[in-house]
Amino acid sequence: MTTTQSILTILAVVLATMLTRFLPFLIFPEGKTPPAPVTYLGTVLPYAVIGLLVVYCLKDAVFTAWHGLPELIAIAFIVVLHKWRKNTLLSIAAGTVLYMVLVQNFFVSITT
Amino acid sequence: MKRKALKAAFPYTLPICVGFLFLGISYGFLMRSKGFSFVYPLCTSLFIFAGSMEFVTVELLLSAFHPLHAFLLALMVNARHLFYGLSMLQKYRGTGWKKLYLIFGMCDESFSINCTVTPPPDVDKGWFMFFVTLLNHIYWVTGATLGALLGYFIHFDTTGIEFVMTALFVVMFINQWEESKDHRPALAGLGCSLLCLVVFGSSQFIVPSMALIVLSFLLGRRKLEQEANQ
Repeated sequence: MTTTQSILTILAVVLATMLTRFLPFLIFPEGKTPPAPVTYLGTVLPYAVIGLLVVYCLKDAVFTAWHGLPELIAIAFIVVLHKWRKNTLLSIAAGTVLYMVLVQNFFVSITT
Repeated sequence: MKRKALKAAFPYTLPICVGFLFLGISYGFLMRSKGFSFVYPLCTSLFIFAGSMEFVTVELLLSAFHPLHAFLLALMVNARHLFYGLSMLQKYRGTGWKKLYLIFGMCDESFSINCTVTPPPDVDKGWFMFFVTLLNHIYWVTGATLGALLGYFIHFDTTGIEFVMTALFVVMFINQWEESKDHRPALAGLGCSLLCLVVFGSSQFIVPSMALIVLSFLLGRRKLEQEANQ
């Protein structure tokens, strides 16, 4: 990707992000209430989008020779650790380190 | 008035400070390890200021140029802001020029503080929310830039560091799972995405997934209403 293309990509992301933040204030300026389906989507979408993002992160791993085995091990580790300690930053840090150790030492030939 | 609001806002942002510096540093370091100059994380953290989408943007910048896809993905990932906005319509009212910045900087963390915390009566509400947003913004940009700068000096095998994004989302998924009784929305998100990944393949599945998720919620809502009416 060229620098111009990178800037355009970032601009597209900025534009979409700002649209999601400013739109409600533009549509409902003074005390207008949003329709029921919109409010409903607001309560359920945040949960579904995180699921989508997890799958998005794993989209390429599934189709490699290991079929996402190192990812699966690291995720299982994060789930157990997070249920146990309930410390968000610890779970993220330890999970990432474990994954890096796995792909650098045990799943080397295929991931590089 | 400003100083008082800043003093009142600061303690609430401290936990965010720790989290943002840590995640921001990881984000900046990740971008640097993928070959980007520190200007990239500086700009994305400053202008996008939506953590999860910034991680996804790294992925977008490393794949083929497709701005419409980037736009749609950002819309979907950040759709939750629409509903933050709907909840803040009243609260942000009457804050003058600060309202523009409050809306611009409405990330999850700033929203969660501004939505739930009522500042003491002698503190100006507008300035309080302004400083909550500004401090969080500063922590995040500082973390991201610092992480990228560290990347110039610290060298080690960074293979697999991109997993920090997966770890972040897995932990967010667990947190959300634990705080809600109804797991159907989370499962719908996972299920629809997995189904579309299998059907459409890894480069094409995002937009169909989004469409399927929204569709299933709209149909599901109608069904829930019918059941309630019977």
